[in-house]
Amino acid sequence: MSQTIEATRRGFLATASAALGAFTLGFRIPEAAAQPAAAATPELNAWVVIHPDDRIVVRIARSEMGQGTLTGLAQLVAEELNADWSKVSTEYPTPGQNLARNRAWGNMSTGGSRGVRESHDYVRKGGAAARMMLVQAAANRWGVPAADCAAAKSMVTHAASGRSASYGSLAAEAAKLAPPTEITLKDPKDWTIAGKPLPRLDTVDKTNGKQVYGADLKLPGMLNAAIRDCPVFGGKLASFDAAAITSRPGVRKVVRVNDSAVAVVADTWWQAKTALDALPVVWDEGPNAQVSSESVAAWLKEGLDAPQAAVGNRVGDARAAIAAAPRKLEAVYGYPHQNHACMEPMNATALWTAERCEVWTPTQNGEAALAATAEAAGLPPARCEVHKIHLGGGFGRRGAVHDWVRQAVAIAKELPGTPVKLLWSREEDMLHGLFHPVTQCKLTAGLDAQGNLTGMHMRISGQSIVASIFPQNIRDGRDPVVFQGLNPDGPEAAIGYSIPNLLIDHAMRNPHVPPGFWRGVNLNQNAIYLECFMDELAHEAGKDPLEFRRSLMQRHPRHLAVLNAAAERAGWGTPAAPVNGLPVHRGLAQTMGFGSYVAACAEVSVTPAGEVKVHRIVAATDCGHAVNPQQIEAQVEGSFVYGLSAALYGECTVKAGRMEQENFDTYPMLRLDEMPKVETVILPSGGFWGGVGEPTIAVAAPAVLNAIFAATGKRIRTLPLKHHDLRRA
Amino acid sequence: MAKLTVNGRVHDVAVDPETPLLWVIREQIGLTGTKYGCGVAQCGACTVHVDGQAVRSCSLPVSAVTEAQKITTIEGLSPDGGHPVQKAWVALDVPQCGYCQSGMIMAAAALLAENPKPSVADIRSGITNICRCGTYNRVQAAVQRAAGTSAAG
Repeated sequence: MSQTIEATRRGFLATASAALGAFTLGFRIPEAAAQPAAAATPELNAWVVIHPDDRIVVRIARSEMGQGTLTGLAQLVAEELNADWSKVSTEYPTPGQNLARNRAWGNMSTGGSRGVRESHDYVRKGGAAARMMLVQAAANRWGVPAADCAAAKSMVTHAASGRSASYGSLAAEAAKLAPPTEITLKDPKDWTIAGKPLPRLDTVDKTNGKQVYGADLKLPGMLNAAIRDCPVFGGKLASFDAAAITSRPGVRKVVRVNDSAVAVVADTWWQAKTALDALPVVWDEGPNAQVSSESVAAWLKEGLDAPQAAVGNRVGDARAAIAAAPRKLEAVYGYPHQNHACMEPMNATALWTAERCEVWTPTQNGEAALAATAEAAGLPPARCEVHKIHLGGGFGRRGAVHDWVRQAVAIAKELPGTPVKLLWSREEDMLHGLFHPVTQCKLTAGLDAQGNLTGMHMRISGQSIVASIFPQNIRDGRDPVVFQGLNPDGPEAAIGYSIPNLLIDHAMRNPHVPPGFWRGVNLNQNAIYLECFMDELAHEAGKDPLEFRRSLMQRHPRHLAVLNAAAERAGWGTPAAPVNGLPVHRGLAQTMGFGSYVAACAEVSVTPAGEVKVHRIVAATDCGHAVNPQQIEAQVEGSFVYGLSAALYGECTVKAGRMEQENFDTYPMLRLDEMPKVETVILPSGGFWGGVGEPTIAVAAPAVLNAIFAATGKRIRTLPLKHHDLRRA
Repeated sequence: MAKLTVNGRVHDVAVDPETPLLWVIREQIGLTGTKYGCGVAQCGACTVHVDGQAVRSCSLPVSAVTEAQKITTIEGLSPDGGHPVQKAWVALDVPQCGYCQSGMIMAAAALLAENPKPSVADIRSGITNICRCGTYNRVQAAVQRAAGTSAAG
């Protein structure tokens, strides 16, 4: 038995390795990977491999899902390496290798816009150490001091003697040297590779069909699985009638998966999917079948005035200040559940034997995928491996929770020695997301006679992602991530206003719908609540929204700088040119999240029939160090697509305990004909490292909503916009 | 047994005639550049050309296609990635995750074949594929660039 498996494994390893090209190391058992710098491997350290023909392979621990981290991290390593960029390619070390080598590659988690900002230091040091070792190897070869040698463009030269040697010719000798203990990184102002708008390294294969995604994986002897989980969250699988479908063409097995799902395994996925569609299934839906969006909303509404709430930010006495204020303003906002809707549905290919389990999957966190694999396989992690594959979208869905990996392994356990690819249908993907948390927010504020803001209370009621996914991080009932963009200060997600009396608190209400980290996370709704209410306050105070904000931002210079940049570039204070005879109105928003400062000015027109058109958005970003400006622009533009899709259309509603939206016909999203012009202003102030994949999403909706108010006088306080009637009265 | 002409080669495929063309291309013929996104002709990730027309292959039964009809997938758009649309895509670094991009490129190529000098409005209304990463502005720019290149070349 085990011999057969070994033969099979070798057979498909060659295929899998070829299929995945340079992006995996192919199959290696962890024991073999545990010996670094083996004779045949020209590895200078965990990050840098240099082949004798001068090819440089930079190892990337974070996952590429479109955000460009692969290219950005390679730029940082290559910069310190003084590499010839044209010779640089990349590969993923596997989570099993990371485990075997005592986490030589550190954290593999790719979320929270952390890819660059949390690993820049050690990957640059990896590049610098490799360069120093190459220089030392050349100095040793020539019998000269290393200080007299210089490295540039993958060559070490000794000017005094006119000698030079390529990195490829030095790598084997350099790899034998002890790594340097003192490493000085370059001043970013001297960068020639990092900080430049270089083309991505992964573009060409994405234009000719060669890029292999998890859904495309083919292994010899592989079977395909389709799955259906109980549509009511928390419900169970009661029974199914396998006999009704086992004679269908291609069907191999019908499998109970854990306690809530059933899968059909067949020769092809289409056979599995259509057989599953025909399978009679009885669910035990349980008490959650009574839940609806209306019942969730009523529960959250109760939280808006509940006595118990966890405090996220407190300055002075907000309640007293508001009570004493001559003018008061109150508004209630709400934000719905949303699905990530990655273009590539969830999938994993698993091969299980009693000795070993391997998984091939698109994941934002290879280490978490390995842990999920081991747990589902009933094997120690050292006997498991995960092969990471580029993601067809991640957006937070493929990070912390690997529900699809557990399912794939559970199915593969029923077919020992046979690789099985589990691919979710779009319907399964829509019904079993980890949804953007649902929240409501009541904002109450007091203004003095001159229209100055004297106190504000922001009560958030609703769902906590952390309580569901990392409950150990809840302290005294407080979820710190709920307050993204509203925190007192700090480098991650601080509020940009000084308000003399301020209370921001959260009444946690967790419906049965599983929440997840949805690109932008809690910054999305928090920025809508705060920035739209700021607009309301400015209006109430009779002040210009920009001036009103500026008066509260003097002690927040970076927040203010991006707001000013967006406003000035957009032409705030001067009338916008009409489009198609319709007046164009502007709206502003700013926030801070994921370590970066962002602002947007949206230009919007509304037809008499109530149709909203977003014409242009000027977006400003200060991410400290800008590693690849053209990819930052791509992320900013993409953020508006994600954020505007949410604002205009995004909503998953609960009925009878399950999600009502099952495909893109009922979960529409922005398309090219609605895409505004986006002008990106990058203000890299240096001195810190901020993320760029997420923060801009949060300013998309409030900037547009504020512009809609300017155009119509109507305040939109609940999303999506499609539910609101904006026709002129 | 159906016969399909894909990228200039005739393939014999033994499948249920109701099987969508997408799954025949991916699972029987083995070309996986054409993607499954929604299965209901909403997103366009499965776009291929049938006799030069952009078709959402997830919703077209294989029985609706004859051997005489020429099916082109992303793998067959050009032998070496040299189609003007592919070149423009590379020049402007359009893809992010890339999953929808085969369909985008096939939609763009079909649009330009029919309308070599599209206006911006033609491009915006003619490309209806979904991209969740949000590459739309670069898609638009790349189609314009490809149109210019086509004219120049």
